[in-house]
Amino acid sequence: MSGKAHKPEFACLTRRDLLKAGVALGGGLVLGFHLPFPGAAEGDAGKGAIFAPNAFLRIGSDGTVTMVLGKSEMGQGVYTSLPMILAEELMCDWKKVRVTSAPVDPAYDHTLFGSQVTGGSTSVRTEWERLSKAGATAREMLVAAAAREWKVDPKGCRAENGRVTGAGGKSLPYGKLAAKAAKLPVPKDAPLKGPGKPVLLGKRVPRLDTPAKVAGTAVFGIDVRLPGMRTALVARPPVFGGKVARLDAAKAKAVPGVKDVVQVPSGVAVIATDFWSAKKGREALEVAWEDGEGATLSTAGLRERYAALAATAGMVARKEGDVEAALAKAAKRLSGVYEVPYLAHAPMEPENCVVDLHADRCEIWTGTQMQTVDRDAAARVAGLKKDQVTLHTQFLGGGFGRRANPAADFVTEAVHVAKAAGGAGPVRVVWTREDDIKGGFYRPMWYSKLDAGLDAEGALSAWRHTIVGQSILAGTPFEAGIGKDGIDRSSVEGAKDLPYAVPNLLVDLHSPKVPVPVLWWRSVGHSHTAFVVECFLDEAARAAGKDPVAFRLPLMSGHPRAKGVLELAARKAEWGTPPPKGRGRGIAVAESFGSFVAQVAEVEAQADGRIRVRRVVCAIDCGKIVNPNTIEAQMESGIVFGLTAALHGQITLARGRVEQGNFDDYPLLRLDETPEIEVHIVESVEKPGGVGEPGVPPVAPAVANALFDATGIRLRTLPMTPEALLSARKRA
Amino acid sequence: MIPLTINGKTYRVDVPPDTPLLWVLRDHLGLSGTKFGCGAGLCGACTIHVNGRAEFSCQLPAGDARGKKIVTIEGISHDHPVKRAWISEEVPQCGYCQPGQILRAAALLAEHPSPTDRQIDEGMSPNLCRCGAYPRIRKAVRRAAGEKGGRK
Repeated sequence: MSGKAHKPEFACLTRRDLLKAGVALGGGLVLGFHLPFPGAAEGDAGKGAIFAPNAFLRIGSDGTVTMVLGKSEMGQGVYTSLPMILAEELMCDWKKVRVTSAPVDPAYDHTLFGSQVTGGSTSVRTEWERLSKAGATAREMLVAAAAREWKVDPKGCRAENGRVTGAGGKSLPYGKLAAKAAKLPVPKDAPLKGPGKPVLLGKRVPRLDTPAKVAGTAVFGIDVRLPGMRTALVARPPVFGGKVARLDAAKAKAVPGVKDVVQVPSGVAVIATDFWSAKKGREALEVAWEDGEGATLSTAGLRERYAALAATAGMVARKEGDVEAALAKAAKRLSGVYEVPYLAHAPMEPENCVVDLHADRCEIWTGTQMQTVDRDAAARVAGLKKDQVTLHTQFLGGGFGRRANPAADFVTEAVHVAKAAGGAGPVRVVWTREDDIKGGFYRPMWYSKLDAGLDAEGALSAWRHTIVGQSILAGTPFEAGIGKDGIDRSSVEGAKDLPYAVPNLLVDLHSPKVPVPVLWWRSVGHSHTAFVVECFLDEAARAAGKDPVAFRLPLMSGHPRAKGVLELAARKAEWGTPPPKGRGRGIAVAESFGSFVAQVAEVEAQADGRIRVRRVVCAIDCGKIVNPNTIEAQMESGIVFGLTAALHGQITLARGRVEQGNFDDYPLLRLDETPEIEVHIVESVEKPGGVGEPGVPPVAPAVANALFDATGIRLRTLPMTPEALLSARKRA
Repeated sequence: MIPLTINGKTYRVDVPPDTPLLWVLRDHLGLSGTKFGCGAGLCGACTIHVNGRAEFSCQLPAGDARGKKIVTIEGISHDHPVKRAWISEEVPQCGYCQPGQILRAAALLAEHPSPTDRQIDEGMSPNLCRCGAYPRIRKAVRRAAGEKGGRK
């Protein structure tokens, strides 16, 4: 045994050892191999990429097609859906497709946002055209290369499954044509295939990243290892905006394995040989904090402040008719206050970032949704030019918006640590779960006050919705998203543009400044507006004595696709028949990110106050379908994510301190709470919509509406905890 | 030096005995398939087999792992029915929790070769998946059970 004794220190291992262990030296290993960029003729690929007509693909002499993707894979399936779009036009052999993550380069900028971003459920929508063209261009060049080889007209040649075939059965694989194609001019307007039967699109193509993720070899940011790398944990102030008042690092430095303790703008970093030593070192730190203005914050205080604001007129997001007059003469009036809390994203992989900082360059390995923002911020902190900073995007162990931070928090912090450590080699900053849950950048807390009026026939005549909550965009590089009217559209999306025709309507907004960092959280504004709008509409239907579906449909003539999914979900869920014994049924619909989703939930309220969601039927219209399997997975995912928020999720503050810290007090939905989920996809030729986020918004209102159906109890505050249901029962 | 038997191989590691096995695997042995999620035995991302039972490696001090048979995701063969079922059902999304889910499922099937739906729900619930792959995890466990019983 001693002869085979393992070397305990990673620094002792050779590069070959690391590769044998399945660990990518230098990161970047995504699938198969990492291909150097740009346009490398040789490298780890071995066989060599010899045809690189654009930034998005490389074809090697062995026919391997490497797709270079600027979008981050965080579970939503872009490392399969985007290659499918490209391969559909390239007509390559799907079995030879590999994926690698792109460097930070304008070539990969988001076509709408102007920098490299994965978010807003936009990847398929915005990349479709660009990747289709990239594929078609390469295909045309390969066909031209074959035609030249055979001295025939390219029109008589055709591409299929990685080969070009000409008259008389002549045929050459892409790999054999790649070198010749590389010498041809790149056509400007290569024609797309045109309508016809797609080879890949619309099919259940297995995900390319599944084998690595099942084997356990997929490299996430937290898995990156560099020789000599240190691990740092940062002690951050307990109150947002707090500062170090006094620091005694002596005891921390005495912990075996601790190499250094440095102060950075976000707190105090303990740098050690490994995570556990760094954690013990951090526990031994003696820090006194100066809390600052945040120390008085409490959830109760914020609610009071928001309620007072909601009683006053806000910035007008939308106004139709005369809502005051209509309310005044309504045959029936109803009002309600809806509240949702701050929420943490809580991706399973806690935030982390590896930085290798030198005098003239900086390399970063992390899982991020915002490469350009992170790279630029790192350059500023490091005092380097942007092109001296290289960022290697790893697999993301969940994103949900947390890794799309305009403040680049976990990246800049790691660069600060590396800088303060002063050339001590590569440093990895790892967050614990408590760091993540307490670390801010939450979905904002929202307060909504609503009034509605019904006319004598029970039709909806007035709708007034006042929204109070922090702006996500304010103070970020994306502030341009706030219009001249002062409205952050992400605060009112789904409320301003609700899919129902109401003759008199007013939606107004207050955007208070609160020293709690907020961020987009899967489905952003829709994560609260769908809950509020769809529940209050349900209340209006009940007040009118009508069935919630029958009440909605006549109001939806201007929104045929939303109406379509509502009808489909209702039909598939046997709406109109009695639900199984002991269950209530509720429905909700929302348009978000270019897609339309309706869900029917079947819910049981237990004696102990627990709400059991037994079944969710989901209908989605996301336009043209790339991969039905991905769409179904994202609907399932969105429903589970939305149920966590509906039933469990809340971040609360007391004396400025976040009261939650781990999955005991910030629980996520578990498997035994997961309903049966069925997904129905509308066949459509409409332009593609998003799928990563639109599954989230309808589920909380569908559950709340189902709870009302089952019990007659209306819960207007999330999460719908057992305590909330029990106390509502007592009041009833 | 603590001797550890992991995936049939013996390693000797020089770490304080209170170091959780999770960090020995990840930081000292380069077995990074076992993931860190909560550090408190609440999420199951770090699930491994200890003498055939699923355990949270973040809660097991290296000193207490001495003499025990440890298996990690790297020690589960590629043709294991659970791994095959996970591929057939396309379970992973972000994939971060999946090594732990697979270890949990393999241990569940070793104990209950033909689990009831309730046993699957209860048996798999210690492991969180923020992506919500739960419906597919259920299907994959059923598939693996149907295919091969709960062979380890």
